Parts: sequence; C-alpha cells; structure tokens
Amino acid sequence: MTKRRTWVYFIPYGLWLALFVIAPVALIIYQSFFDLGQHFTLTNYSTYFRSATYLKMTLNSVWYAFLITLFTGLISYPTAYFIHQLKHRQFWLLLVILPTWINILLKAYAFIGIFSQAGLANQFLTFIGIGPQQILFTNASFIFVATYIQIPFMILPIYNALDDLNPAFVNASKDLGASTWQTFRHVIFPLTLPGVKAGVQAVFIPSLSLFMLTRLIGGNKVITLGTAIEEHFLTTMNWGMGSTIGVVLIVAMIIVMLLTGDQKTKGGTPR
Amino acid sequence: MTQPIITLRNVTKRYGNHTILKNINLTLESGKFYTLLGPSGCGKTTILRAIAGFMSVSDGDVLFAGQRINEVPANKRNVNTVFQDYALFPHLTVAENVAFGLTLKKVAKAEITERVAKALKLVQLAGYGDRAISELSGGQQQRIAIARAIVMEPKVLLLDEPLSALDAKLRRQMQYELRDLQQRLGITFLFVTHDQEEALAMSDEIFVMNQGEVLQSGSPVDIYDEPINHFVADFIGESNILPAKMIEDFQVAFGGHQFECADAGIPDNEPVEVVIRPEDLALTTLDQAKLTVTIDTQLFRGDYYEIAATDTHGNDWLIHSVNPAEDGETIGITFRPQDLHVMRFGEKEAEFDARLETYEELEDDGVDET
Repeated sequence: MTKRRTWVYFIPYGLWLALFVIAPVALIIYQSFFDLGQHFTLTNYSTYFRSATYLKMTLNSVWYAFLITLFTGLISYPTAYFIHQLKHRQFWLLLVILPTWINILLKAYAFIGIFSQAGLANQFLTFIGIGPQQILFTNASFIFVATYIQIPFMILPIYNALDDLNPAFVNASKDLGASTWQTFRHVIFPLTLPGVKAGVQAVFIPSLSLFMLTRLIGGNKVITLGTAIEEHFLTTMNWGMGSTIGVVLIVAMIIVMLLTGDQKTKGGTPR
Repeated sequence: MTQPIITLRNVTKRYGNHTILKNINLTLESGKFYTLLGPSGCGKTTILRAIAGFMSVSDGDVLFAGQRINEVPANKRNVNTVFQDYALFPHLTVAENVAFGLTLKKVAKAEITERVAKALKLVQLAGYGDRAISELSGGQQQRIAIARAIVMEPKVLLLDEPLSALDAKLRRQMQYELRDLQQRLGITFLFVTHDQEEALAMSDEIFVMNQGEVLQSGSPVDIYDEPINHFVADFIGESNILPAKMIEDFQVAFGGHQFECADAGIPDNEPVEVVIRPEDLALTTLDQAKLTVTIDTQLFRGDYYEIAATDTHGNDWLIHSVNPAEDGETIGITFRPQDLHVMRFGEKEAEFDARLETYEELEDDGVDET
C-alpha cells in the first residue's frame, strides 16, 4: 500500500529532473556528434583535442576557476572561522548570505560602475594621489568580482563544518599539549576538510563556465569554455562544436566532483 | 604529609550572576584515587575543567605542586583528561591518537612507537594500533582514551564520567581495571561521577558535591556510615531518614521511643535527623522489637528482599532482609546503637569533624563497637 503511494511524491521532481537535467544533457551529447552539415561524425571531438586554441581555452578556464577558488578559499576559511567564534554569529552569517539574494547581473553592473574610469575606485585612487587606472576589463578585476560573488558559497559549508565540530576535540588537543596553531593544523582543519571540499565543489564548478562576468568585467580578454559555448551557439551557430565543449565541461565537473567527493576516510565521519 | 599535587583554594566560578562553584577548597595528594560525586549540574565537571585549564576561575587559586597555575594554559599543564565522550580524533588511527601528544612534544619516533605500544598493552588493546576509531566498540574507545592520556605520563589524570556510556557489566569491569591501573601507575586520579556505587567502589577519598559546594569529603566508608546531612545520606546508598530529638549525649528519640546511639556533642533537646541504612535493620519478633512496623510491599532483589513498611507513627521504613516477610504482617525491627547516625541541621563539615573528635576517644573505650 505505502510502497505504491510513495512514488507519487516523486513525480514533480522526477519530471523536473527528466525535462531539465537528463534531456538537455542527452541532447548535448547527441548534438556533439554532428557537424555543421548534420552528418554524424567525431570531427568535433578531434577538432577540439587537436586545436591549440581550444586546449588553451580549456586550460584558461581551469586556471581561472582554480584562481577564483583559491582566493575564495583563502578569504572564506578565516572568515568562517572568525564568524563562528562571534557572539551574534547568526546575524553575521546573514550578512554574508545577503548578497546572494541579489541578481548576479545587478552585481556585475554595480561593479562596472565602481571600476569605470570615473567610478568610485578611480576617484579613490585619484584622491590618494595615484591617479586613475584601467581597472575594468582586466583579468584582475574579473577574478576580483568572481571571487566576491563566490565567497558566500564557500563560507557556508565551511561554517557548517566548524559548527558540527565537537568542541571536545579542541579541548582534547589542548589537553594533550597542542598550541592553538597545532590544534588548528592537526585537528580543526582536517576535521572541517569536508566543508572545504563542499565549498570547492560549489565554487570551482560554476567558475569553469562563467561567461557573463568574463564579458562584462573581464572585457572578453579571458576566453573561458563558457564564453566559447555561448559564441558557438549564438554567434557562429555551430551547435555541434558548442555541444562538444559542453560535454568536455560536464566531464571536467565530474572529475572535480570525484576528486573532492567524500572518499572513505579512515576515521569515518568527523562528528 | 607530602606536598599535595593539586590544591584548590577558595575557588569560585560565576557566569553572570549565576554561581557554579562556591568557595571550593580541596587538596589532592599524590598517588591517590579521588572522586567528585554529585548530581548533574552540581559543579563537579566545572572543577575538572578548572584543573585541566579549559576554564578560568572567577576567584581563588588553583595550585599544582604548590605552584599557582591559574594563568597557565591547558596545553602547558601536566594533567591529562579522559573525556566523557572520549573525544578521540576520528581522522586518526588508534596509534596516531595515542601518539598525538608525544608527536607534538617532538619525542623521537622510536620512543613514540615504544610508548604507544606500552600504553596500548596497558589497556589490553595491544595490536589495535592500525584500527580506525569508528571500528572500535564503546569499551575499546574508552580504553584508547585512557591510553592516550596516560601515555603522556601526567602527574594527575582527570576522568570526566568516563564510564557513563558503557553498559552495566562493562562498567563494573572497567571499575576494576581503572582502580588496578591507578594503583600500578601511581598517578593521582580525579574521577567525576554521579554514580554513587562507582564512587564507593573505586575511591580512596570522595568529595560529595551539591549546588556548587563540597558538602563532605572522606573515605567511602566514612561517608557511607557517617553522612553529614540529609542530602549526603540520601544520595549515597539507600537510607531511612527520620526526624528525631537529641535527648542527651548517646541518647536520641524518634518514632515515639528513646534509643541509645553513638553520637554526642549535640546540645540536649536539639531537633535532629537520624539515618539508618536498610541493611542495618533486622526483622525480629514483636517482643524483641525496638520498633513495630507493618509490611506494605516487598521486592525480591536476588541476594536480598527489599521490604517497604510503615511504623505506628506513620514513618516509612526500607528494610533489606535475607528472609522474606509477609505483606500486611505486623513485625518487629531491631538495630544496634552504632547503626544509628545522628545528623544536625545545617552543620558544616569542619564543625562535624570537630564534634566527632570530641567524643571519639571517649567512644573508643566506652561503647563496645562490634
């Protein structure tokens, strides 16, 4: 009786999954095997892997995603650690989450204003005597804005991992003679690593396919895989090639997920 | 007397206007097994945390071998703790857990291996070094937590209710093992528990606590036989506590009769309380009875019958008897003078001890103690 009923609850999500996840992925894989003349072929893949441009683009994407993830992590871990020790931590956490409620396009446009020739950033540089600089449309500004946007998605899982950490572990470590730094290095960090991994997943994978920011903030100087896909679908109308890059991107995401996924740790779950 | 290893002097701990510890004074000598016993929330774990250094005290001094250590951080104190939930690091193996403190101290690799193996052998888990913590049972985790602490060769080992998560049988076994371990190592143990049986079984000395105060300290036998007040008598073991009146030295009245007792030094006619342990009461015939009771119910406990009865004045009595009685039967009970223990209301430990001293010599050659 109950067994027959429960699958009913899965229908809405099942439909969603089929229509918006499984079908598009299947279509992309299918499309990637057709060239411009609608012939079934593997040329898209051979072109991709023989072309220095595409490979460089892939490397570029991975490199920039790596940089964004690195900077996000370097900022987020200390921030999460700090917030976790504050008295009104829920409030501070809310302030961290708040920017994620604002549309990414709005945030990008806001940064265009701030970084432009007459923007706030340049006004400040003029004020302290350095004079206006080209900030917008540089790689640095692209990484800066991307990092800014991704930070909350890194802070949250790390914060949760810190929150789940049994404070007795910290006491036990100190009890056995560990200094604050040793306790962090040997106990707190290894035990909150799952949070960091979750954060890396949440940041690295979307960063691989960023294309709006590369155009609006980076001025299309950084061509990532995301940009390439957009170009193929909207400009050159080479859907086959665009799909091939899409497949490469999906494979890259799966690799990242496998690398950062929960390997069976020797000590079991850190709780 | 040798130098005490730990001394707490007028230690007070407040959170806001809530006082957790009220003017605690206690002294631990080297190589003994001490127990802090009290109900949850009485402040016993707070004392442990103050000695371990996880918490600073609001007032008073914590001394280690005569040195004030209030400002010494936990990682610099020569004490180690066995935590209630063991707090074994889940990302490390058993051997890595035990070696944790030694590795930080930069002890040579070979020596670490040797000392870890020795500690594991001591807790009867030799050969478990490569296991993951999650593969161990509760009792095994308990032993690893002890091994991790004693491998550091501390002067004092603090144990925070370490047996509370174990089942009854394992708990009994661990009581023997802990006691044995303490005697072999000669380390001072400070054991925290709310289980009075555990405290009585293992300790050289017990500190009974309630609401942030040490009510009484002494050997298990002293505390059991001569509880200082109603709370201690009730908390430690089963007891019959009755309102009474001190007639004169060695004479007390309750339940409508006057009895000989072993207590003195209390003003005549002072209202007091009397404690009689259920196992000190014996069923007898009515003509030999000191008191007459009616049996209400009885429970068979295996090695004895636990009998609930009511006397002619409406006082409830709990009697442990090897032989059963009959429900509804009117029967006599009897006891010896030294089985009665008189408690004064609001008497502090120092006054209690001083009073005992005034008549104990007298008692030694006077009353026949069998």
